[in-house]
Amino acid sequence: MADVKKIATRDSYGNALKELGAAHDDVIVFDADLSNATKTNTFQKAYPDRHFNCGIAEGNMMAVAAGVASMGLVPFASSFAMFAAGRAFEQVRNSIGYPHLNVKIGATHGGISVGEDGASHQCCEDFALMRSIPGMVVMSPADDVEARAMVKAAYEHEGPVYMRFSRFGMDAVHDPDNYTFEIGKGEVLREGTDVAIIANGLLVPEAVKAGQMLAEQGVSAMVIDMATVKPLDEELVLRAAKMCGKIVTAEEHNIIGGLGEAVCALLSEKHPVPVKRVGVNDEFGHSGPAAALLKRFGLSAEHIVEVVSQLKITE
Amino acid sequence: MTANEKRAIQIAACRIRMGIIEGTHAAKAGHPGGSLSAADLFAYLYFKELNIDPADPKNPDRDRFVLSKGHTAPGLYAALANRGFFPVEDLKTLRQIGSYLQGHPNMNTVPGVDMSTGSLGQGISAACGMALAARHMGKSCRVYTLLGDGEIEEGEVWEALMFAHHYKLDNLCVIIDNNGLQIDGPVTEVMSSYPIPDKLRAFGFEVAEIDGHDFDQMEAAFARAKETKGVPFAIVMKTTKGKGISYMENQVGWHGKAPNDGEYEQAMGELRAQLAGLEAE
Repeated sequence: MADVKKIATRDSYGNALKELGAAHDDVIVFDADLSNATKTNTFQKAYPDRHFNCGIAEGNMMAVAAGVASMGLVPFASSFAMFAAGRAFEQVRNSIGYPHLNVKIGATHGGISVGEDGASHQCCEDFALMRSIPGMVVMSPADDVEARAMVKAAYEHEGPVYMRFSRFGMDAVHDPDNYTFEIGKGEVLREGTDVAIIANGLLVPEAVKAGQMLAEQGVSAMVIDMATVKPLDEELVLRAAKMCGKIVTAEEHNIIGGLGEAVCALLSEKHPVPVKRVGVNDEFGHSGPAAALLKRFGLSAEHIVEVVSQLKITE
Repeated sequence: MTANEKRAIQIAACRIRMGIIEGTHAAKAGHPGGSLSAADLFAYLYFKELNIDPADPKNPDRDRFVLSKGHTAPGLYAALANRGFFPVEDLKTLRQIGSYLQGHPNMNTVPGVDMSTGSLGQGISAACGMALAARHMGKSCRVYTLLGDGEIEEGEVWEALMFAHHYKLDNLCVIIDNNGLQIDGPVTEVMSSYPIPDKLRAFGFEVAEIDGHDFDQMEAAFARAKETKGVPFAIVMKTTKGKGISYMENQVGWHGKAPNDGEYEQAMGELRAQLAGLEAE
C-alpha cells in the first residue's frame, strides 16, 4: 500500500474538479458562499471564468445549474449536505431530478463528523432524501482515492448525481496505484464467511478495522465498501448475504433511509437474513471534535464489533 | 409591425385561447385564467419574437422560453401546437393518462418546451442558468421567462433576480404577468407583491411597464430589451385574468377550474366570433 494519508474527501473533491476542469471545457462549478469550505476554490483558482458564486441561495443555485445543464454544459453545484440535499431538496427534485438533467451535486460536510458546528449543520438525512428521487445516483466515498475517481465517474455519467463528501479526514483504505471505480459497484475489501459488514464513507476504514478485530476473535468478516447507495449493488449484497448469512451495515447517516435501509429492503424481498444497522439512531447531532463525536454516536470499529457480537455468530 | 403582421398575431392569440378552452374542457381540469391572461404574450413570443423552428425544436442556438408559471401550460401548449410543434388536436389530450401533455410542462415529452416547470419560482432560476450558459458558450440566443404576480411571492424568485443582475444577464428577459389575482384571491389581499416595477428596479433591472394585451407595446418593450446592455430586462405587463372569455375575465374562481359543457360552448362561441371578425378584416 502506498502513502496512507488522512485527506478529507472535500479536499479530494476540489482537487478532482480542478483535474476535470483541465480535461473538459464543459465543466462549470457553482457554489453558495462556501467555496473555501467545499474546496471548490481549488477549481476557482485554476478556472475563475468557470466558477460562479451564487451567494447564500442554494435553491436558486440548483435550478440555475439545471438551466446550465439544459444548455449542454456539465455543472457541479456545491454546498454543505444540509443545504444541498436539505434546503434545496425541492429544486433538486423538480428542476434536476424530474427532467433528469445532467447536474452533479457535490455536497460536503455530510454527517456527524462536521464536528463543532453541531446539529444544525450535521446532515444525516441526505441519503434518504436523495435516494427517494427517481433516477438520482447517490454516492459517498471512503477516502481520497475513491473520492477523486468518483468525481470523474460522475462527470462521465449522463444524468443527475449526488455525492456526499466529508469535512473530516480518515485513514485511507485504497491503493492509488491499483484502483478503479464504477458507479453502482461495491468493493470487497476483505473476504469473510461469518458476517458481512457493508459500509460507506467514513465508516469504511472503521469497518476494515472491525474486520481485523473480529478476525482476532475468530470471526471471519467480509468487509464491503458500498460507496454507491443508489443504484445499490444488489448482486454483491445478495452474494454477501448468501455467503455469510448475517449482515451489519455501517454509515454516517440516520439509520432511517440510508444504506442500511436500502440493504434491508433488498434482502427482505430477495434473501432475508438478520441485519443490524450501525448509524445515527434517529437523533440529532451535537457539537464537538469530529473524532470524539464519531465515537459518541457509535460510528466506530469498536461499536461495529459490538453489534456483530449481538448477532451471536460464535454461539 | 405591419397591420397584417399584427392581425396574424391576433389570430394566433385567438386560436391559442381556443386551445386553452379545448384542453381544459377535455381535461375537466387545468388553469384557464392565467393561461388566458398570458395568451397574447404567448402569441407574440411564438409568432413574432422567438428565434425558433418547429422542425428543429432542439436547435442548440434557438432562443429559450421558460414558463416559470408552469400551471399555465394550456396556454404554452396551445401556442406550440398552433406554431407547428405538434398537432393542435392533441391539445384535447391535456392531463390524460398516456398523453405527453402533462398538467405542467415536461421538457422531455413536449416538443418545444425548454424546461420542466410547475413548482413556482424555479423556472426563473433555470432561465438564469440558460442565459449564463449561453453567454459562456458564446451563443447569441436570448432567454425569456414568464412569471405570475403571485409566483413572485416565492423567495427563490428574488434570489434569481439578484443572480441575473449580479452576472449582468442582458440576454435574459423576465416577464411578469400582472393579472392581479392568485388562487386564494387578489394579490393585494393574499400577499401583496407590489409595487412590482419598483422592486425590479431596486434589484437592478431595466423595466418596461406595458399593457399585456397591446402588441405595439410588446414590440416596443422587446425591442428595448434587446437594446439594453449590461443589466437584465424585465417587462411588467398589466393583464386581465381570463382575458377573452366574458364570464372568466377578472374572476378569481377561474384560476384553476375547467369550463363545463355549457361554459365550453359559450367560450368557444365567443372566440369563434372573434376569430371570424379578425379573418374578415
